[in-house]
Amino acid sequence: MPKLTIDGTELTVPAGTTVLQACEQLGIEVPRFCYHDRLQIAGNCRMCLVEMEKSPKPIASCAMPVNEGMVIRTNTPKVKKARQGVMEFLLINHPLDCPICDQGGECDLQDQAMGYGMDRSRYDEHKRAVPDKDLGPLISTHMTRCIHCTRCIRFATDIAGVEEMGALGRGEHMEIGTYVEKAITSEMSGNMIDLCPVGALNSKPYAYTARTWELVRTETIDVLDAVGSNINVQARGREVMRVLPRLNEDINEEWISDKTRFAYDGLRRGRLDQPYVRTNGKLQPASWKEALTAVAARMTSLGGHSMAAIAGDQACVESMAALKDLFRESGSPHIDCRQDGAKLDAAVRASYLFNTTIAGIEEADVCLLVGTNPRWEAALVNARLRKRYLRGGFRVFSIGPRLDLTFLVENLGSGPETLGAIAGGGHPFVETLAGAKRPMMIVGQGALARADGAAILAAAWRVAVTCRMVREGWNGFNVLHTAAARVGGLDIGFVPGAEGGLDVNGILDGATAGKIGLVYLLGADEIDMKRLGSAFVVYQGHHGDTGAHRADVILPGAAYTEKAATYVNTEGRVQQTRRVVFPPGEAREDWAIVRALGEAVGVRLPYDTVAELRHRLEAEHPHLGKRDTVPRAPWSSFGTEGRMDTAPFVSPIDDYYMTDAICRASETMAECSALFVANIQGATGTHG
Amino acid sequence: MSALVNVVRSMFLLELLSGMGLTFRYMFRPRKTLNYPHEKGPLSPRFRGEHALRRYPNGEERCIACKLCEAVCPALAITIESEPRDDGSRRTTRYDIDMTKCIYCGLCQEACPVDAIVEGPNFEFATETREELYYDKNKLMANGDRWEAEIAANLAADAKYR
Repeated sequence: MPKLTIDGTELTVPAGTTVLQACEQLGIEVPRFCYHDRLQIAGNCRMCLVEMEKSPKPIASCAMPVNEGMVIRTNTPKVKKARQGVMEFLLINHPLDCPICDQGGECDLQDQAMGYGMDRSRYDEHKRAVPDKDLGPLISTHMTRCIHCTRCIRFATDIAGVEEMGALGRGEHMEIGTYVEKAITSEMSGNMIDLCPVGALNSKPYAYTARTWELVRTETIDVLDAVGSNINVQARGREVMRVLPRLNEDINEEWISDKTRFAYDGLRRGRLDQPYVRTNGKLQPASWKEALTAVAARMTSLGGHSMAAIAGDQACVESMAALKDLFRESGSPHIDCRQDGAKLDAAVRASYLFNTTIAGIEEADVCLLVGTNPRWEAALVNARLRKRYLRGGFRVFSIGPRLDLTFLVENLGSGPETLGAIAGGGHPFVETLAGAKRPMMIVGQGALARADGAAILAAAWRVAVTCRMVREGWNGFNVLHTAAARVGGLDIGFVPGAEGGLDVNGILDGATAGKIGLVYLLGADEIDMKRLGSAFVVYQGHHGDTGAHRADVILPGAAYTEKAATYVNTEGRVQQTRRVVFPPGEAREDWAIVRALGEAVGVRLPYDTVAELRHRLEAEHPHLGKRDTVPRAPWSSFGTEGRMDTAPFVSPIDDYYMTDAICRASETMAECSALFVANIQGATGTHG
Repeated sequence: MSALVNVVRSMFLLELLSGMGLTFRYMFRPRKTLNYPHEKGPLSPRFRGEHALRRYPNGEERCIACKLCEAVCPALAITIESEPRDDGSRRTTRYDIDMTKCIYCGLCQEACPVDAIVEGPNFEFATETREELYYDKNKLMANGDRWEAEIAANLAADAKYR
């Protein structure tokens, strides 16, 4: 533990700390462009110069490890002059186009030029101009503005794991870019925009549409995958203008996936903004009263046993709870929140959670992926796996399709027979697991959402137990979800009732056979609408997607940026979204729609405000009251031993950019899908 | 004594005559008033009148949608929406000034980095309805085209003090 003196204050820091980090511990601000907490140290901007005693020249504090007895000064005239010199050099080639630059107002260079810049330039020669690069539909470039901090290169190489960015040429001729002009093939590429300290890399969809000072910022949660990334949604008026990440070390650190960041334009298009009722085969605009009466008339005429409800991938806990109450009161046991047909067991909480937690991945030493493609199903989990991998001493194995996960994955087999062999103890991989201190297993929906899912879950349980993945202080059994609503739905028991309730497949078969007369889709779009037969379909959701096209009555709901709602992420972490903008037109918050429908049906649900509803939920499920924590779920046995099919596992996501109604309505996502996924399919790559 | 003076004054209408004398004197002096609609007083080059959006000599609009005027406007009279134009440049799709909100402080033209929004010399833009005072981009650009000569002369006259 070296002891050093900074500006007259003595402090002791762990060995290996850099001078800049030591300064930060004291709250001393050191200007920097290239240094970033989560990236490797480059030391090439020279902005963080400080004075060190016995050193003839100022030192770059970001790259200098502390030593015993160092004496650092950060506020001497010499330091200030050195930084001013660096700033002047940086500004030599930087264009004076702040008024048209999207970074204007949140630009590191702009801010630091206020502190260290001169009010005029001494440079009369020609400024350097660099041709812009085409980095795909997400990132716009203005390479003349680049100050060569190389943060984007380090991010692409280390965090995203795609070695596609680099610097070509040297000195005056240095240019940042992809070696061969191409789009960045990473689902994390948007983070480069945040990392860029100047306006060289900007968001293409956001280009020139708003300035940072006119945006209203709301801290909320992303629901486009099951990770529950913390995001900062920025809106102007009634429109969401952009989505930025928010720091949460336990979930997303400070990254978000491109889908989370760029799918927001889907929130403006294809929205359901008023109720519709199908009359004479055509959906006609209707008032709320007409729509609710139409549904209520059908519900009261049908018996409880011929009604069913399916909750979609983005349904919030509140709306599912209200719908569950409504259907229970109406006498229907046919409700299910697993629209993909996954054989998840709602009875044992540990059986459907990511028990290790996302941050816990960093403690693991062996990981087995079963039927999952984390790169597409949960890009940030994949980033965590990569982070752990880069630290060394971590081996990843997979059962399922061969994948490019940006790190080395050893494929053990493609289907359940390999899993069965490991469960039976007859596979050499068992020894690897036995030697591991903290082994973990991630079971994807590709393994569970199949007819033999229960047997596969049982086999996975057996692997977890026989290979001691669950031990004191460590639970290595993980289920990776793809839908933000799933864990919440399972938590509150939005699953078929004990008295002969049908699951999704049962409901759809029943509808085809005519036994189910009414199907209530709570934002469920990813089911086969043809199997609904001639059932009366009520669709409650926010986008005019497949469900709304099939519906007989449409009840317009709110998207995740338009309601304060509870979601439980794949770890079992309870988080809440906040309202950023109001729902469009006549659309209402989802729990309130169900509540109003209950009134029309004659079932008075015992809550009038969302607070009452939450209070009731928390009384029934106490863990829902504890936000932002992951209580350890008790371990017990689950799954149903049975025969496993030999069909190989496939990832449930065949197009990362087109997974839900919001993404399908987004132009940006459509562009990405056409560019990246169409190119990948047929070639090697992440697609199984 | 003073009563006698007063009687004499009122009897011979002395006050009236002195008043009329003043009037007659002014009849032969130069006029101080303006025959307003036909005659106008001098205006400073810094006069802050009706707004205009200017163009470059080659016809390209100056405004780059930086929104600094919108940000600085203390009356929140300016509304701007922008997006990339087909050639990739940053341009406004909407530039509205609510002239009924505007307090003619001139901060918008101070803030403008490209001298696009200016307050021109025109002060005669009274209208019969409120709606006519909600200026949009077309109106402001038309103002710029109409007043460009005067605005350019004013800017040139004031340039040395900036």
